[in-house]
Amino acid sequence: MKKMCVELDEREVPDNPFRPDMWRIIRKYPLTSDVNFYQARPADSDETLVFDYKPGQFVLVSIPGEGEAPFCISSTPSRPGMLEFCIRKMGTLTDTLFSLKENQTFGIRGPYGNGFPMDKMEGKDILIVAGGMGAAPLRSLLLNVLDNRDRFGSLTYLHGAKNVGEMLFKEEFIQLKDREDVNMQMSVDKDDSGKWPYKVGLVTTLFKDLGPIDAKNTYAAVCGPPVMYKFVMQELVKLGIPKHQILMTLERRMKCGVGKCGHCAIEYLYTCIDGPVFSWWDVLRMKELIGRGASDQIIS
Amino acid sequence: MMILKMKKEDLSAFLETAKEWGELWGPTKKGNKVAFSKVEALSQMDLKATRTIIPPKKFLYPPRFTMFDYDHEGYVDRLGDVPKRIVFGVHPCDIHGIQIMDKLFLETYKDPYYAERREKTLIIGHSCIPDEKCMCFATNTDFIAEGFDLFFTDLKMSYLVWVGSTKGHDLVRMKPELFSRGVDKTDILNYTEYRNWKKAQFTKKIDFTGMPDVFELGYNSPVWDQLGEKCLSCGQCTMVCPTCNCYNVVDEVELGALEGTRDRFWDSCMFREYSLVAGGHNFRDKRADRLRLWYTHKLQAYIGEFGKPACVGCGRCVDTCPVDINVVTVSEALREQEVGK
Repeated sequence: MKKMCVELDEREVPDNPFRPDMWRIIRKYPLTSDVNFYQARPADSDETLVFDYKPGQFVLVSIPGEGEAPFCISSTPSRPGMLEFCIRKMGTLTDTLFSLKENQTFGIRGPYGNGFPMDKMEGKDILIVAGGMGAAPLRSLLLNVLDNRDRFGSLTYLHGAKNVGEMLFKEEFIQLKDREDVNMQMSVDKDDSGKWPYKVGLVTTLFKDLGPIDAKNTYAAVCGPPVMYKFVMQELVKLGIPKHQILMTLERRMKCGVGKCGHCAIEYLYTCIDGPVFSWWDVLRMKELIGRGASDQIIS
Repeated sequence: MMILKMKKEDLSAFLETAKEWGELWGPTKKGNKVAFSKVEALSQMDLKATRTIIPPKKFLYPPRFTMFDYDHEGYVDRLGDVPKRIVFGVHPCDIHGIQIMDKLFLETYKDPYYAERREKTLIIGHSCIPDEKCMCFATNTDFIAEGFDLFFTDLKMSYLVWVGSTKGHDLVRMKPELFSRGVDKTDILNYTEYRNWKKAQFTKKIDFTGMPDVFELGYNSPVWDQLGEKCLSCGQCTMVCPTCNCYNVVDEVELGALEGTRDRFWDSCMFREYSLVAGGHNFRDKRADRLRLWYTHKLQAYIGEFGKPACVGCGRCVDTCPVDINVVTVSEALREQEVGK
């Protein structure tokens, strides 16, 4: 069988790919009630500019005594020297991450995964659809396109959140609405305060005012909770975007990040090295990419 | 390829000399089962046994080992403390299994822990006597051409010895007088006879060809749920499988100190937590889902990618599963759309 459209880059492999390096927390502040923002630099300052990555890649974060877990990178490689993460409090490892203070250290190894195929996306229109925590990996892509604005066509960013309080990077994204070279659209499922000045409704409501798009010349990137995919994919396919140009970044349990531990296996692929970015065409022909039988619901 | 000849009575002396290179391990009786154990002499080994409980993957990839020592300053590799070992009596199916492990652990992000043990472990194969649970004829793993350092084929009066690596050749050079290049007509006839005899031992008809399509067609088959009802999720199938590589990693904390070890140990995709992610979503919550993953991986996905199954036909799952779920019963159930009793 052929490999996925998005392939693992050839890259130098360290002598021990499992050994984490220590990174220092430079900034840390809450984004929502249970999501923190972290900015980190290598503890060894000689390493500061060595770490290179692609939007859509992830790292394994180590907390000595707690173990390791994969986290996507929210920053863009076009702003080198540091990494940014959005981390939701979910278990013992993230509890400890939340208790760490600025200037304290934790382990990082990576970057892993294929990331978004930036070379192929160059020159194309970019349509990003983020739901909830899906903004964490897609912010990397958004900022990367903004930092290399002349290399891409039009840029549209659709962002849905449960409510105003749970919206990640709210201030940052609202500020971007002032820019003319990006179409920022935001919605909340519910607005109890009645003060939210933008759309109310599911993220799919943002498609209504999208206007004409050059579908064949568009790359879409989607990330969000599993329930979101079904509806968003319907919209994107309806727009006429080719299925192999609709990209999504997926989550799986991982213990290694380098295709050894087996946990993220889907048929003959490992999410960690063959993904986590897959195309909608990959999902349609590989049944378990977004959960048992989920892709059977749409034959499109 | 280099093939030498050795008198049968010289094997003991050869192994005695080979021990100078490293520890000698071989199949020994454990109750009514057989396991690879450290031995001092050939006389302790049971070379007639068909299969060991655990395949020789345990030498290259131990059930549990320490990857790192850590403290507040970071992680330090635990490498370099692996003993040199000679594993004698490895059968062709298990060497095929090692080659599948090699592909996984040594290509794309080389695993230094596996690589070190592979480097320090000499594999000496030995021809085998198949039983009714063996399926290597169906997986095309009944003979082996590479992946070993030496391979002994037992031909009544003498051994034919395949030399598969320079390290294997070094072992030969430790006692060259025991080996000869003088293979004659009788040896060739005996070897042909052995091959024919081995092929004739397989009376059951098992066919894995076409399994990728059968799996694809049967993805939503109720057969999976019926198998899931039987499965105990005990994970023994994965522990005894020569091509199961899955592992888990935990940090072990020393009492009262911010230091400890990061350990790696065998995991099983039959366990409920295997695909569980933070927040509680489980991608494979049902036993049927987990069984399907295992068998899809062995008989569909691997064939799709490498043109052969990730099953080497060793028969350990047939021997081990307490409720008779194994590559034979599962592929039959999918083909017939009915779970056997």
